[in-house]
Amino acid sequence: MSNEQALHAHTTTGHDAHHDEHHGDHHHHKETFISKYIFSQDHKMIAKQFLVTGMVWAILGGFMSVVFRIQLGYPDQSFPWMEAILGKWAPGGRITADAYYALVTTHGTVLVFFVLTAGLSGTFANFLIPLQIGARDMASPFMNMLSYWFFFAAGIVMLSSVFVETGPFSGGWTAYPPLSALGSTSPGSKTGMDLWLMSMALFVVSSLLGGLNYIATILNMRTKGMTMTRLPLTIWALFFTAVLGVLSFPVLFAGFILLIFDRNFGTSFYLSDIYVNGVGALSNEGGSAILYQHLFWFLGHPEVYIILLPAMGMASEILSTNARKPIFGYMAMLGSMFAIAVLAFLVWAHHMFVSGLNPFLGSFFVLLTLLIAVPSAIKVFNWLTTLWRGNIRFTPGMLFSIGFVSLFISGGLTGIFLGNSALDIHLHDTYFVIAHFHIVMGVASMFGMFAGIYHWYPKMFGRFMNNTLSYIHFWITMAGAYLIFWPMHYEGLAGMPRRYYDYSVWESFKQFTELNKFITIVAIIVFAVQFLFLFNFFYSIWKGRKVTTQNPWGSNTLEWTTPINPGHGNWVGEIPEVHRWAYDYGKDGREFISQVEPVGADESKH
Amino acid sequence: MMMATYSQEQRKKLHPHKFTLLIAMGSIIMMFAGLTSAYIVKSNQVNWLQFPMPPMFWYSTVVILISSLTIHLASKAFSAREMSRYRTLITITAALGVAFVVLQWLGFQWLQDNGVQILGAGSNAAASFIGVITGIHIVHVLGGVVALLFLFFRAFSRTRKNYSSTGIEMAAIYWHFVDGLWIYLFLFYMYVSG
Repeated sequence: MSNEQALHAHTTTGHDAHHDEHHGDHHHHKETFISKYIFSQDHKMIAKQFLVTGMVWAILGGFMSVVFRIQLGYPDQSFPWMEAILGKWAPGGRITADAYYALVTTHGTVLVFFVLTAGLSGTFANFLIPLQIGARDMASPFMNMLSYWFFFAAGIVMLSSVFVETGPFSGGWTAYPPLSALGSTSPGSKTGMDLWLMSMALFVVSSLLGGLNYIATILNMRTKGMTMTRLPLTIWALFFTAVLGVLSFPVLFAGFILLIFDRNFGTSFYLSDIYVNGVGALSNEGGSAILYQHLFWFLGHPEVYIILLPAMGMASEILSTNARKPIFGYMAMLGSMFAIAVLAFLVWAHHMFVSGLNPFLGSFFVLLTLLIAVPSAIKVFNWLTTLWRGNIRFTPGMLFSIGFVSLFISGGLTGIFLGNSALDIHLHDTYFVIAHFHIVMGVASMFGMFAGIYHWYPKMFGRFMNNTLSYIHFWITMAGAYLIFWPMHYEGLAGMPRRYYDYSVWESFKQFTELNKFITIVAIIVFAVQFLFLFNFFYSIWKGRKVTTQNPWGSNTLEWTTPINPGHGNWVGEIPEVHRWAYDYGKDGREFISQVEPVGADESKH
Repeated sequence: MMMATYSQEQRKKLHPHKFTLLIAMGSIIMMFAGLTSAYIVKSNQVNWLQFPMPPMFWYSTVVILISSLTIHLASKAFSAREMSRYRTLITITAALGVAFVVLQWLGFQWLQDNGVQILGAGSNAAASFIGVITGIHIVHVLGGVVALLFLFFRAFSRTRKNYSSTGIEMAAIYWHFVDGLWIYLFLFYMYVSG
């Protein structure tokens, strides 16, 4: 209630119609299709917009990986259908080297930024923050809407780069100069790179607008009684995610600005003494490509946690709810998330061990990197102890949360190998790295996202998703994730480098021909299974089993005290007051006690 | 009774929009921290050009300091409900903001005339950095000017009367911020390139 006072206490007079909009039960001005579904300022609708856009990008980005996996699995065969859809990029049904690199680059950019950043924290920060802290909407619903539309514009620009004559950017998602700075170095470095930069600039603006709003909302607009230590862990995770984004995206932006000047205005920030075949010696001198790497990875590493933290938060919440037990070590969870957020800013150079970085500097980064194992291990311990002797309900959301923990463990362990600068001399830029980050960051966060979708779907649409389809989706994706990425560790240990177009011409890697084929087949199966999920998602919006009770999971958090289909403003009448933390499960012989219930006189301490 | 307690509570609390602005300023600081640390890294490498600061940068510093004073007075005038004084003061502030930008531009001209090339073939990263960092700061000042124009037109609106001081307070906070940012950058240019 007090936050509305703040926003509307002294607003302009003669603008009365706006005041009542937030009371949810009666509207003075009619909502049109456009104001309700397109330029909506309701955080729940914006969340759904982020989610559906993220899904579109996940399908496009996932399809790209299928196309280049086919090249890796079957380098000697041709597939006429590929020429049919890719045209001149796949003459005779086999993709060209340029197209291969463009696909790898776009796959990386799209999955990291559009799916796992915007699609994940964009969706759940928007959806859960006001609902779980007890607010009618975000601090600035208008900025929130802008955040989505900047993301949408970024997507359109990125998509358009696929259709230009010279193709999308093809120098890797990290966009290191000189490939990203000089148009003459490769076809993708021309218009494709301009569009890539434009798209990413729009994306940075979108993330900043979103992040500012999330932080302001969490700190300023909690309902009465909702102290910071009564917040569900989802909100804490989304809070740290937003802080990381707000502090690190501007640095990336600074790096991009310098890159734009090197590309278009003849400066020498990153370029030095370069000779380009067919162009000749360039006039640039004194630039340093490593400078770009520093600026890029100062975002790039926190970005890993921007992707992972929301999944951690949601998994914590879902595990506790469905184990019918309080989360183990709430304060330890907070502390370890805080430690991860701080360390995230201090480890960026571990991506640069072999870039010519001073080896003595490298040893500090090894130490700080390995320190991340401590909070990570605390979190894993707490998840496992939350499950321990729980009364577990294996809902689809719960399965994906357990899957998340499994993937986080197996992907996290290989991080200890890669964090060593000495081992990194052998392992850098091999399939070992691909396996590591896909499991720990890519697939684990996708699992967090699936868990979140399955768990909060009843709140989003007032219906359930189909369970059978969900279970098939889970088991095939789970098995498939390990079957795809586990073998890559062996390839990487054998020294197989990433980003090569064709391994069959290398004597050292011919032994992996059949393994590569196997990985490709599993990748295609896993990709196909995701359509089962998509079907389930969209079918259930209209035809799913209806939610009949306010609180179908028997959960303690505030979003389940709203009506089944909450309107703009979330609660009818007053926002409930909070009296306890979010994890009173199995207490004093009661299965669960909602956060809004006052603490009883004879209640045992919590 | 209820309302009174809420407003009591509210007085202690920061307006959410103001809070958002503070975080946004933190974000802007990170961008300039990124740029200036890149500058430090680069200045320790070979081939770093040294050159004096253009005198116009001194004048522009004076101008932006005065504008901080005028916006402070504008904010005070607003809370005292002296609307005509308020209008004059925000107009002066916006004009000083534009004057600041013009002086900075003249500073770049001065550098070019003295053989320090900022962009293009033959430019040195030392000069390019000053051009780019100062340029980004100019964009932020112009953003402040746009905010002032918005307040200006709102102050002259006949159809709506506005009694909320949040707008001018936020503009003033931001204006002092870009002012402080420039002083940081100017000191940084003079002492770090040393």
